[in-house]
Amino acid sequence: MTMIFGIPLQAFLGQLLIGLINGSFYALLSLGLAVIFGLLRVINFAHGAQYMLGAFAAMLMLQYFGINYWFALLLGPIVVGLFGAFIERTMLSRLYNLDPLYGLLFTFGLALTIEGTFRYLYGSSGQPYAVPTQLAGGTNLGFMFLPIYRGWVVIVSLVACIGTWLLIEKTKLGAYLRAATENPVLVQAFGVNVPVLLTLTYGLGAALAAFAGVLAAPIYQVSPLMGSNIIIVVFAVVVVGGMGSIMGAILTGYMLGIAEGLTKVFYPEASNIVIFVIMAIVLLLRPAGLFGRDA
Amino acid sequence: MSEMTQTAAKPRIERSATAARTYAIFLIIGLAALIIAPMFFYPIFLMKLLCFALFACAFNLLLGYTGLLSFGHATFFGGAAYFTAHVVKEWGFTPELGILTGVVGAAFLGLVMGFFAIRRQGIYFAMITLALSQMFFFFCLQAKFTQGEDGIQSVPRGHLFGFIDLLSSTNMYYFVLAVFLIGMVIIWRFINSPFGMILRSIRENEPRAISLGYSVARYKLGAFVMSAALAGLAGGLKALVFQFATLTDVAWQMSGEVILMTLLGGIGTLIGPIFGAGLVVTLQNYLATSDFPVTIITGVVFMVCVLVFRRGIIGEFYASRLGRKLGFEHRR
Repeated sequence: MTMIFGIPLQAFLGQLLIGLINGSFYALLSLGLAVIFGLLRVINFAHGAQYMLGAFAAMLMLQYFGINYWFALLLGPIVVGLFGAFIERTMLSRLYNLDPLYGLLFTFGLALTIEGTFRYLYGSSGQPYAVPTQLAGGTNLGFMFLPIYRGWVVIVSLVACIGTWLLIEKTKLGAYLRAATENPVLVQAFGVNVPVLLTLTYGLGAALAAFAGVLAAPIYQVSPLMGSNIIIVVFAVVVVGGMGSIMGAILTGYMLGIAEGLTKVFYPEASNIVIFVIMAIVLLLRPAGLFGRDA
Repeated sequence: MSEMTQTAAKPRIERSATAARTYAIFLIIGLAALIIAPMFFYPIFLMKLLCFALFACAFNLLLGYTGLLSFGHATFFGGAAYFTAHVVKEWGFTPELGILTGVVGAAFLGLVMGFFAIRRQGIYFAMITLALSQMFFFFCLQAKFTQGEDGIQSVPRGHLFGFIDLLSSTNMYYFVLAVFLIGMVIIWRFINSPFGMILRSIRENEPRAISLGYSVARYKLGAFVMSAALAGLAGGLKALVFQFATLTDVAWQMSGEVILMTLLGGIGTLIGPIFGAGLVVTLQNYLATSDFPVTIITGVVFMVCVLVFRRGIIGEFYASRLGRKLGFEHRR
């Protein structure tokens, strides 16, 4: 058997893949956080809850309406995005002229409410969601066995990340968004409806989180707690990457996911905390974060 | 950071002579109420309330008076609970030494966490403290001495100074009350000391404090350690009251709870967090018997507080007509 650093190659690549998958979710979620923070100056604590809502949307749509995975992948983000837009319009938008910490506290309360409600309705144990038949099974790559669904998640999330990046960097809407990030008053003076832009951004961020949630449903158990477990790690990712750049958020997400996977191979006890340790080291060496612009 | 306290809590309360008199009267009434309270209420409930009140006041030292939002205070509260429980149970420390160990341990954790967290400001500060406290949570989950999911059970309360038996809940209550009052006096002294004044100036205008020559980072770290140590005092005390220390105390939900208590009572008011803690603990007690989850209520109260009730109970009272008549001034 081929060995790498004294570890069987199979195990090594297997953990690398798990790391890559976790990294995909970190990237998708930290991307959404960065987009929302860029424009709204709000750290969306409810991002984890919206991710969980996406997974639940997929599961409930299948249970009650027989809507399959593919439509759920489209409808889940739309439903959660609309919900996010509604929250932004009715409540969050009242907090923009206050200290950003209030946005954090408000979305924290929102996260607790959503999570508590789902725990009340569905219990805290996870429920399975079947892998869609088209993506079931696996393929032997010669050096390792790859479950097709996992490969699909890595590719789709990469596409979603690059798509969002293109949307923000290369389209007219993205140009408006970036301009409004720099100077909202001036952009408003040019006749762009900035409040609508803000609502749209929050909705888009929530939809991205829900998209990640639907993708995650067949891999992890669909549980009310899945959001709060991941969001704190994503916060650490965001601190490491700095929220200055979209690409930075994506890259950091993948990097830290892989680092976590590799730690599982070499020193399993530390795999839970390796991302936080990396965060601490980055804070020592580069307090602004790897890609951060702000001090 | 300064906006937060200016727009919401508006905590610069100028105390006139009337206010000082009002304060004295309220203080006497409050003390009297606390002394006779065990005759009317279940002592464990009161002790829990006092522990959380002290915890919230310690937290408010940081948020209200320095303008730093820590999302990781469960580490100090729960960490100290573990330390106290461990040394009292395994090493046979007396209760007062056990609590002291908890305080020192929490202060040390505060030093480490603060060292990293003060490198960033505002929202990043909150996220870093949350991440580091989650790291501590995982440490407690895996470390031997915390006994994992079980926690440290049946911690003996022991004899205070060797001769006061704390198993009697009356003795325990007055011990808790004494520690609570000592903690409050320390907090009061601290925020009215020159050190506390400098902290407030950092909260109001950090660049100006820097330009005046203050080493802001050092003051922030000092405040962080102080707040952590006092949170540890509350945590160690709680471990003795309930005779156990578990993962609940170090989980992030606990950090959220203490924020809610402070927000509800009034950020940047000395006594607000006491009322906030009282409300939250009462609510939890009330709901403990029903199957309706506390999380939902906590979340909704959070949202409502942030949206329409940012001054908190005491802040609103100070700003109300009655409050102003009594001599409190809530400057905008």
